Amino acid sequence: MTINDKWPAPSNKKEKQDRMKKYDKIVKNAAGREVPTIINSEEHIPFMGVGKFKPTGRRYGPKLSSCADYPDDGNKVVKDLRDALIKAGLKDGMTISTHHHFRNGDLIAKQIFDIAHELGVKDLRWYPSASFPCQEGLIEYLEDGTINRIEGSMNGPLGRFTSEGKMKGMAILRSHGGRYQAIQDGEVQIDIAIIAAPTSDPFGNANGVEGDTACGLLGFALADSQYADKVIVVTDNLVPFPCIPWQIHGNYVDFVVKVDKVGLPERIISGTTQITKSPDRLLIAEMTAQFCEKAGIVKDGFSYQAGAGGTALSIGIYFSEMLRKNKWKARFIRAGSNKYPVQMLEEGLVDYILDGQTFDLEGVRSMRENPNHVNTSPFTSYNYHGKGNFASQVDVVILGATEVDVNFNANVVTHSDGYMLHGIGGWQNCLFSKCTILPIPLFRDRIPVIRDEVTTLCGPGELIDVIVSERGIAINPLRQDLIDKTKNSGLPIKTIEDLKDEAEAICGKPEKIVLSDEFVAAIKWVDGTVIDAVRKVNS
Amino acid sequence: MDKIGTAGNRGKDVRSDCYVEFIPDNSGGRKIDIKSKVDALFGKSIRNLTEQILDLFEIDHASLLIEDAGALDFVLAARIEAAIKKIVQSDKEFLLPMLEQNKFIKAKDAFRFSRLYLPGNSPKLMLNAGIHKPNGIILDLEDSVAPAKKFEARFLIRNALRSLDFYGAERMVRINQIPKGLDEFRFLVPQHVDLILIPKCESAEDIHQVNEVINILRKEHQVDKQIWLMPIIESAKGVIKSYEIATAADNVVSLAIGLEDYTADLGTRRTNEGTESFFARSMVVNAARAAGIQPIDSVFSDVSDMEALATNVKTSKLLGFDGMGCIHPRQIKVIHDNFAPEDAEIEKAKKIVLAFQEAEAKGLGVVSLGSKMIDPPVVKRAQKTITMAINTGKLDENWMSGEG
Repeated sequence: MTINDKWPAPSNKKEKQDRMKKYDKIVKNAAGREVPTIINSEEHIPFMGVGKFKPTGRRYGPKLSSCADYPDDGNKVVKDLRDALIKAGLKDGMTISTHHHFRNGDLIAKQIFDIAHELGVKDLRWYPSASFPCQEGLIEYLEDGTINRIEGSMNGPLGRFTSEGKMKGMAILRSHGGRYQAIQDGEVQIDIAIIAAPTSDPFGNANGVEGDTACGLLGFALADSQYADKVIVVTDNLVPFPCIPWQIHGNYVDFVVKVDKVGLPERIISGTTQITKSPDRLLIAEMTAQFCEKAGIVKDGFSYQAGAGGTALSIGIYFSEMLRKNKWKARFIRAGSNKYPVQMLEEGLVDYILDGQTFDLEGVRSMRENPNHVNTSPFTSYNYHGKGNFASQVDVVILGATEVDVNFNANVVTHSDGYMLHGIGGWQNCLFSKCTILPIPLFRDRIPVIRDEVTTLCGPGELIDVIVSERGIAINPLRQDLIDKTKNSGLPIKTIEDLKDEAEAICGKPEKIVLSDEFVAAIKWVDGTVIDAVRKVNS
Repeated sequence: MDKIGTAGNRGKDVRSDCYVEFIPDNSGGRKIDIKSKVDALFGKSIRNLTEQILDLFEIDHASLLIEDAGALDFVLAARIEAAIKKIVQSDKEFLLPMLEQNKFIKAKDAFRFSRLYLPGNSPKLMLNAGIHKPNGIILDLEDSVAPAKKFEARFLIRNALRSLDFYGAERMVRINQIPKGLDEFRFLVPQHVDLILIPKCESAEDIHQVNEVINILRKEHQVDKQIWLMPIIESAKGVIKSYEIATAADNVVSLAIGLEDYTADLGTRRTNEGTESFFARSMVVNAARAAGIQPIDSVFSDVSDMEALATNVKTSKLLGFDGMGCIHPRQIKVIHDNFAPEDAEIEKAKKIVLAFQEAEAKGLGVVSLGSKMIDPPVVKRAQKTITMAINTGKLDENWMSGEG
């Protein structure tokens, strides 16, 4: 059985009805979690273990096109977004994709569904690379049936809406790499991709580095451009052919739309892209950097991932100090870039930034001006169904988590009360690095972060190496090498059980939460299998 | 009855705290309304705690509203008790268990390089204060607590002294100015508090009054341990009387200076150069040294400027101070690093201590280094330098085994 196998036609009425279900056929997967194998009437494979599922078959192929159907002068500009969506054949049940390079400054997603609503189109599947609080307005369309479901990362109000079981279809959450994989494998077939682009030419060549609304790169829209049936580029900076660099190739593009403003780049910067001022988090960051130093990870030519989030960014500052002190140079930083890695690149502390998304305008500027600040896509960095990717070549990654359990399994999607409030992002993909560290406080408010069992399993413990908290560091027993290297380091190394007990002595032991039997969302692993399913919250 | 007792804090930025409203009634039983951010995980435990407190105070008919933003039990209990006691007179106290580690006794001459001020009515800042490893933490009842909140802050501080682990930091409390502050000791003395800071201290009489209250409470609650005092000199009069204050009692262990109030008293203002306070600082150092106790410098209030802080600490050390207050955890390391002995000092101290040991081993009465005779006070200072170097992580505990 593979994801690419065609699902045979239903043989009788009952089977047909079963297929229409939000979910069905629940099994226990290799991680011991109960997951449905039919989701939104489509078949999905349960998680089989890390590296166990091997896809067969060929990549998905979008429909062939002919130059005869496109203008010789290369001008694909149409009147407006509505016109483009109609020409693209927008109709009930389609899959509509968008990217999130504008983060909380996105202006286009809402417009798409406003138009769909006006046209009376129903049951759409929205397939964003991530959602943000600015898209809260789409709840209206999830309620009235314009949108059936979201498959992507769900943040803030949309996560809450989904957790309360209000979405008609079942949500599916994928990592950035998993999203590329799902498109490439044909698991998700995009009918219309809408790519907001800060600069484009009339042919549809587009980039994110030029123009008043420059957001850096457009890597998250790469798969959409390559595999969608119809591709619409929306821009507010239409330049004559050729638009250089062409991060998105016009050869994939059907229509180009000119709007007044395509996004708000100033809202790319969010709270998670500032260095933390919290003394507690700074302490955790300092301890994490010290751990990397004592474990011999920080050295000449090393590489690391600086994620979003105040703590991760602060760790970068400590790394810079170590590099400077030893006259070392890192080979590359995997980013999420903002001004801090950019300063390191410009100071000569690192050779390259391999960037998946820019988090501030300094990141955008650097990518535009500096050839060593390289734009990447989920294909080069994260796609698990490829001939390798660079996620596993990174020496150390620093990630967040809402919960970790005593077996180092981690959750990044739901809070301990069961509410789904974060997306997966590149988190799962990064776990493949040589050393994965989660710097986390032992408790938030009064809620302990280390649990007997995670509420939602997003990352298997075998891939998570170190937990750094303000009250001690726990190393996964699978990493005897790290345990040996830091034995006499003076760092407060403890067992994960000790850390859990310490938190519970302070907070009290949390009661077991009672969630509904009903599922509201599936969590995909990087290979497209279902690693866990999220249950509805009893409100 | 239409009385309402309230305590705690509410609002969207409030975390690790709660707000409580208590309305007693004559009938109708207990109406407990709990709105908690952590209801799914701690709802039952909060209700259980609330019932226990109402049981203790024998309140059978009342409305109680609790808006909880993730408060720990000791905070919830303090808020509920304070709200009740605003209306109900009672000598009873609702006390959670005392942590074993809070029963340790701090030495009179414990290191007091850094002591971190914690606003006495802000539980959020207390929870992780100890992890930043200050030598002491100060739960403050004075300037950082608004007058209307002083009543409830006493309960919070009492409970924090019992329930919070400060990871070895000396547990200090700054009371309000005498005589108001005298009422606060009953919340502190029975709770193994290590040290009390007496603000705006101006005479030996202040110390005597404080000790009188402390000794009554110690007897009443069978507290064996000594409670150390750190008077704060914050006025022209206090500066003049500093030696009298430093020698007022045996449990006075340090003399601190508070420059904000002092400069106001002089009719001037604080500058970075500190010319205006040179006399006062030197006076306090001299008084403390003459009395054989620690002189402690004022806080440095610009929490964003670590370089200026470092300069300030170096000056402070040169003037003879042994420590300084902090108002932000990030200041602690800067203070420790700069009060810590410098490398050259440590090297010299090592030589002196080794020479002293050698002399002792040989039964010599006189210590000499090369051709120089070393006086006993110099040896003593060198030993102190070594201890400081070890405590600040600048010297390995077993340094001697590494020496020739």
